Amino acid sequence: MSRWSPYDLNGGTCIAIGGEGYCIVAASTRLSTGFSILTADKSMILEVNDKCLIASAGFDGDRSQLHKVLTFRSENYEHFHKKPMSCPAMAQMLGNTLYYKRFFPYYTFNLCAGLDDQGRGCVYTYDAIGSHERVGYSCQGSGKDLVQPVLDNQLKAPSILELPPKVAVTSLSQAEAIETVKIAFSAASERDIYTGDAVEIFILTPEHGVQKEILPLRRD
Amino acid sequence: MLASERKPQGFDFDLCKRNDWLEKQGLKTLKPWSTGTTICGVVFKDGVVLGADTRSTAGETVADKNCEKIHFMAPNIYCCGAGTAADTENVTGMISSQLELHRFRTGRESRVVTSLTLLKSHLFRYQGYISAALVLGGVDCKGPHLFTVFPHGSTDALPFCTMGSGSLNAMAVYESGYKEDMTKEEAMELTKRAIRAGIFNDLGSGSNVDLCVITADGAEYLRNIDMPNPRTFTAVPAPFKIGSTPVLKSKDLPVPSLETQVTVETTATAMDMS
Repeated sequence: MSRWSPYDLNGGTCIAIGGEGYCIVAASTRLSTGFSILTADKSMILEVNDKCLIASAGFDGDRSQLHKVLTFRSENYEHFHKKPMSCPAMAQMLGNTLYYKRFFPYYTFNLCAGLDDQGRGCVYTYDAIGSHERVGYSCQGSGKDLVQPVLDNQLKAPSILELPPKVAVTSLSQAEAIETVKIAFSAASERDIYTGDAVEIFILTPEHGVQKEILPLRRD
Repeated sequence: MLASERKPQGFDFDLCKRNDWLEKQGLKTLKPWSTGTTICGVVFKDGVVLGADTRSTAGETVADKNCEKIHFMAPNIYCCGAGTAADTENVTGMISSQLELHRFRTGRESRVVTSLTLLKSHLFRYQGYISAALVLGGVDCKGPHLFTVFPHGSTDALPFCTMGSGSLNAMAVYESGYKEDMTKEEAMELTKRAIRAGIFNDLGSGSNVDLCVITADGAEYLRNIDMPNPRTFTAVPAPFKIGSTPVLKSKDLPVPSLETQVTVETTATAMDMS
């Protein structure tokens, strides 16, 4: 007999790319369970402040609770320190928050991305229990098996023969990076049944703060 | 002939023992493509309309974006299949060939009940292990007919029916829009809407709409009559710059001159034509 589970998987894909002087965070808006769509318009991205965003795939119940906790803590931080939380600080706190629930985890797969103190794009990628790493770009969620290899091919060192490997921070321009994200999502929505309806694309720059763009995707 | 002398028929189960052993060793069993599907059919004034989506899935990935789920049975009979793709394709193919032989033997048009009986007796024999859920429709000397066939071999004769993971979505449309004695156009429009309900609301169904209209005058197979899911963004990643792959080492080899290589064959003799 199968026991009741407190968890579900609600699908969705998110991508973050950190470049020189910009950061892009994008996530699909379809929320589903099994073979049904719960809603076509649900954001997976938390705007912590204009230097840091968090995108979480996985279980929607845990995502909303996690985002509530993180919002509370970042507001607390602002009141104590009279400045918004930096992206690297938020990244460490997210890791701690996840590991605190090591044996009853938040079933979420996160990306913490934004701009660091030098105004460079930074991306942190996580597992459900808080192991994390700073990378140049990353992808989480139901479409990651399809998307991550494409990002590796497009954004990593031009050749695997290059030794030592080039720095993972992408050399792409902002416009090229946005286009890469759009290509990745439209391709993922062709083959992953949980990625579709629309994708929210957030663009962070020191000059313009947070800008948002929406690209419609397949609705089937 | 003695039973022991008879040639074995049906599936080959030789590898079952080996697979049991492999599973005990921790091997994951292979997962076949399953057509998470919306299929349906409706009877109208002088015929039958069958409809299907065109997405084939393997778990959460789309295996085929434009597959055919309406199978030929006879010139006047078609059959939509949901379940395991291999089962629906083979079961309809096998019965279709039996029907053709029967037509050659009798010199008459196939009847829908004949294909129904052949299908259900085959499926019942395999106790549901052949996962084919079918919607069978056609027009014969007795008029239009529509049936559903379940994997265990039970059948229903209905004025409209749906199958597959999107069956509830399609049935909702049929239940709200069905009328007796519809025209061909009304039946086609209703079926199209039923399939679209599956395409947009069931994740196992998607891509395009296929229809098949069968009347006493013959069958019309309308492949991809509706394509409601165009790509929303098209761009090709920029090609890599020439020189992206570094030259790690190089070695020059002298190219031998052609003259020293070619030797003219002078000893060849004419072919013996005698």
